[in-house]
Amino acid sequence: MSLPVRSATLLALLALAAASLFVGVIDMAPSQLLRGSEALKLMAVSRLPRTLAVVLTGATLAVAGVIMQMLARNRFVEPTTAGTGQSAALGILLATLYAPGAPLVVKMGFASLTALLGSGIFLLIVRRLPVTQPLLVPLVGLVYGAIIGAGVTFLAYRTDLLQYVSIWLNGEFSGVIAGRYEFLFVSGIAAVIAYLAADRFSILGLGRDASISLGLNYNQMLLLGLVVVSVITALTVVNIGMIPFVGLVVPNIASRLLGDNLRSSLPFVAASGAGLVLVCDIVGRIVRHPYEIPVGTVFGVVGAVIFLWLLYAKRPSHG
Amino acid sequence: MAERRLIWLALGLIVAVLIFMTWGARGNWGFVLAFRGTKLLALLVVSAAIAVSTVLFQTITANRILTPSIMGFDALFLLFQAGLVFVLGGFGVTQLSSGLRFGMEFALLMGAALHLFGTLIGAARHDIHRLVLTGIIFGVLFRSLTSFIERLIDPNEFAVVQSSSFASFNSFDADLLRYCVPLCVLGIAAAWHYRRELDVIALGRDHAINLGLNHKRIVLIILTIIALLVSVSTALAGPVTFFGLLVASLAHLVMRSHRHALLLPAASLCAGIVLVGGQAITERVLSLSVPLSVAVEFLGGLVFLTLILRGTQR
Amino acid sequence: MIEIENVSHHHGHQQVLHDITLTVPKGGVTALVGPNGAGKSTLLSLMARLQTLQSGRISFDGLDVSMTRGEELARKLAILRQDTQLGARVTVRDLVGFGRFPHCRGRMRGEDHAAVDEALAAFQLEALEHRFLDQLSGGQRQRAMVAMSFAQAADYLLLDEPLNNLDMSFARGLMHQLRTLADEHGRTIIVVIHEINYASAHADRIIGMRDGRLVAQGTPPEIMEADTLEAIFGTQLRVQEVEGKRMALHYA
Repeated sequence: MSLPVRSATLLALLALAAASLFVGVIDMAPSQLLRGSEALKLMAVSRLPRTLAVVLTGATLAVAGVIMQMLARNRFVEPTTAGTGQSAALGILLATLYAPGAPLVVKMGFASLTALLGSGIFLLIVRRLPVTQPLLVPLVGLVYGAIIGAGVTFLAYRTDLLQYVSIWLNGEFSGVIAGRYEFLFVSGIAAVIAYLAADRFSILGLGRDASISLGLNYNQMLLLGLVVVSVITALTVVNIGMIPFVGLVVPNIASRLLGDNLRSSLPFVAASGAGLVLVCDIVGRIVRHPYEIPVGTVFGVVGAVIFLWLLYAKRPSHG
Repeated sequence: MAERRLIWLALGLIVAVLIFMTWGARGNWGFVLAFRGTKLLALLVVSAAIAVSTVLFQTITANRILTPSIMGFDALFLLFQAGLVFVLGGFGVTQLSSGLRFGMEFALLMGAALHLFGTLIGAARHDIHRLVLTGIIFGVLFRSLTSFIERLIDPNEFAVVQSSSFASFNSFDADLLRYCVPLCVLGIAAAWHYRRELDVIALGRDHAINLGLNHKRIVLIILTIIALLVSVSTALAGPVTFFGLLVASLAHLVMRSHRHALLLPAASLCAGIVLVGGQAITERVLSLSVPLSVAVEFLGGLVFLTLILRGTQR
Repeated sequence: MIEIENVSHHHGHQQVLHDITLTVPKGGVTALVGPNGAGKSTLLSLMARLQTLQSGRISFDGLDVSMTRGEELARKLAILRQDTQLGARVTVRDLVGFGRFPHCRGRMRGEDHAAVDEALAAFQLEALEHRFLDQLSGGQRQRAMVAMSFAQAADYLLLDEPLNNLDMSFARGLMHQLRTLADEHGRTIIVVIHEINYASAHADRIIGMRDGRLVAQGTPPEIMEADTLEAIFGTQLRVQEVEGKRMALHYA
């Protein structure tokens, strides 16, 4: 069952990526590539970077979701429902306010740090929640994130940086051109690291006691997971803006199709995440051509609908 | 005894109103009173509408965490507003009187309330977390859809939506107020009429049916009243997520009673004090740059988080 | 009397009740017994119109539960279910007062206050009348709920497993109280009981159900026979007579 699913996903992803290369404000047909250097330039400067950015963002956000779910041992946790995105926005806001001259790398590093702290605090809160009420976790996470977000908005309102905050909190790819997105490759590296440690993260998902008895250095793995998630989230927020629910809906669908063995399901999760965000980005570019609808808005609709379906659809009964 | 607390609340409101109307007034008193009077009326209408609709909703869902705005009612109203502009076109919408336009938006919200939420609220007793989560996701969904539709609308037509969705505690559409005041009074009067039945409904579905109430019919009527009051407050002041929860919790805290004859007035008075008093203080007395809505949302959000974590449905 | 004719009920794909036809005469205590999944609670909730009848007919003294107005039925029958969680925070007096709602629609008159006083006295709740329900023990709360049903002054009182989670002394006390309601106040009591021996000791009639079907009905001596009990519960039970009452020894 799994091989046809994987092949189909990979093919779909490649097809979507190809389509994405040729959708945009300026009409460009594939044949033009062979002819003019204008088309090649457009491809190199805008189309290819954008498509790569979408693929990277979708894939890494989905991976971040899976890792967070292992860390919190709850199906509904992801950067949007754990305050990670808003914590990263807080970090970049503070960095912009108090160290405006610092290089972008430093600011992103700081945002990763605040994202780490925010997620860490959330995990501490989760520890105290009753295990018998799994839906309480995303609920608390959403409110926690909303409170941080309100704080960020308020601070930005006072310091006249509201425009930036609205970009950080609502993702869009329209500003992506060569030279302005390469940092996303770093989050790609983070995701690859997660894949290399996939087995350990699977064990982490079994809980603290099980991890220790299986010889895992629990705290170290926890920290690694948090770092991976924070870096991915912070880089996404700063360069693209937050896209809600990616890390939630994709891993849950993957879990229903392929189960929870991370080593085998992680590539599928990454590919599906990339594909789903690609679809939304393409739709956002086509629906009101030549105007664009931000991917955060489109995915807000798609992700919310899938989330609702996950909440209410009956799991296949086992006999 | 509990009635005395109501009197204290009423006094508190009178004080808030006096501060609002008279503090820092300069110039022509006639003009000032008329100008502030309109705003005061709007604030009172909004606070009463939100307070009553929240208490009603919490009664029929037998819980103290959910409110219409947490379930996304007001986000849905705004979606219908944007949808109407999209379907009719900006020019088409300006052809409608604001009353007719409001009527259509309310009708849509009522339809959605009865169908969508009517089926969901039965689950409130058993699956409160799933329901609250659903409400929050509905909020995200409706807001994203609204944003989506706004982008589909031609920028010229968009200007029409802009001005009307720019509602806030600071600016009211006086024309709309003319319709909203009687509608709000109507909704509250209807709720008052059912105050004794609401006490029984609050016990739960089985108890209500056992004691002879037509539970389904009453719940649908109450949902309609809620849709009306939410339409009124959202059309006038825009969405305010946690305000309703804040004032409903305050009312329960102050009155310590299950009787709606006390809770409905108490919640309205608390809402009035917070809104009118808060607006007076932030605008005039302290002239802080903190918008009242931010403070209210922050406090309400903390109340919400506390209630969820405490997990009580008392 | 209660007339139940050809009542069937399904829950999704599962058939919960198969064509139940039954008559319960007025007066006395009737116990409804059977293993889990027998359909006892479902039957009771259909009788009390808490669920809608899918097929068949149920009537109380000629009043059809599907046709008669809720208000009128509320004066004829009262039901107390297992779930004693209340949506509102009320005092004992308030709760018992709610029992008068079918009669006064929330406007309590002298006779309603008197009925509340009588109910509080009958269940020894006078000392607790101003306490909130969540301040009471499980047994006290159950007594308060039954007092509310009593204040409702309905001819028929339906109770769904009222003895669950009660200490022995409270359980026995409640059964005695139900007995008093039937003997001195002329109410007809239908009670779903899990523990067969309470039924044997206190009921006038026992109705046995299994897998959604009626298996046996009769007086305690008739029902408390090894063969009949095996038909109802699907397991062999020894029956012993203790002080004039038959007891099923199912502990070993």
